[in-house]
Amino acid sequence: MAEEKKYKYSIIVPTYNERLNIALIVYLIFKHLRDVDFEIIVVDDGSPDGTQEIVKQLQHLYGEDRILLRARAKKLGLGTAYIHGLKHATGDFVVIMDADLSHHPKYLPSFIKKQLETNASIVTGTRYVKGGGVHGWNLMRKLTSRGANVLAQTLLWPGVSDLTGSFRLYKKSVLEDVISSCVSKGYVFQMEMIVRATRKGYHIEEVPITFVDRVFGTSKLGGSEIVEYLKGLVYLLLTT
Amino acid sequence: MKHIVKILSLLVAISAFWIGLLQAAIVPRSHTWLLPIYFVVSLGCYGLLMVGIGLMQFPTCPQEAVLLQQDIAEAKDFFKHKGVDVGSD
Repeated sequence: MAEEKKYKYSIIVPTYNERLNIALIVYLIFKHLRDVDFEIIVVDDGSPDGTQEIVKQLQHLYGEDRILLRARAKKLGLGTAYIHGLKHATGDFVVIMDADLSHHPKYLPSFIKKQLETNASIVTGTRYVKGGGVHGWNLMRKLTSRGANVLAQTLLWPGVSDLTGSFRLYKKSVLEDVISSCVSKGYVFQMEMIVRATRKGYHIEEVPITFVDRVFGTSKLGGSEIVEYLKGLVYLLLTT
Repeated sequence: MKHIVKILSLLVAISAFWIGLLQAAIVPRSHTWLLPIYFVVSLGCYGLLMVGIGLMQFPTCPQEAVLLQQDIAEAKDFFKHKGVDVGSD
């Protein structure tokens, strides 16, 4: 009987003030990845709420080889958090996900399965297909999301249905290659990553994910956000 | 090649076709002059249609919020028994 190659997965979770959520995420990852070789790399940007203390307790519980705390002094941005986490990743694959539980670890097995089936370089989660979905968005939010998506599809031909999503699995070498050529910030950074990956010809697959927005009521989309988005689109149109 | 070059080439090709139509006068020139406007308007309508359809078909998952609350309760319970103080939301 042929030996099946066992792969290791590094899960990078950037955190800032996610004292409760990081513990929940860790519990759920261990629950859903029982037979998988993985490590969780927590990149905390000096959270004042005690996130790092909780992580240390989790390390006692689960093992320091399973949970790595690679903190930074202060908030230094998402892109550099991934780069920082990557330096310490020892897996064959790297998963990036948000710490606020909008990304549910129960989808991790489907990411892994999709990659193994298709040998894709990147598997990205999409909220916009059947089987996926969003909860907690009002009509306005859905409208802007849909409008932004149609605009981005028309201008950029990105090859994925969900451009701003940040729940993704990368082959480690692919992430290193793509991230080195990205310079944007915030969600435009996520868009830049996937567009550059498409331009470089990497094989990208999608899996449906559900996204539960727990930040009810706070409007994360003001006029300035829309301007930033449009500037980001033009930047990507001209430079990729 | 860069994406913008692809798009510009496409626009140049379409413009060349349009100018060709103008010169050949197969279609009456008065119509041909208006073609770019028709093109832009149709593109706009197509975009609006896509937004509308997408909005109507926007997948939602209210049951996921419930499942998430269950997961949170399960996790909190686990940590309570292990003596990890996760505090409150």
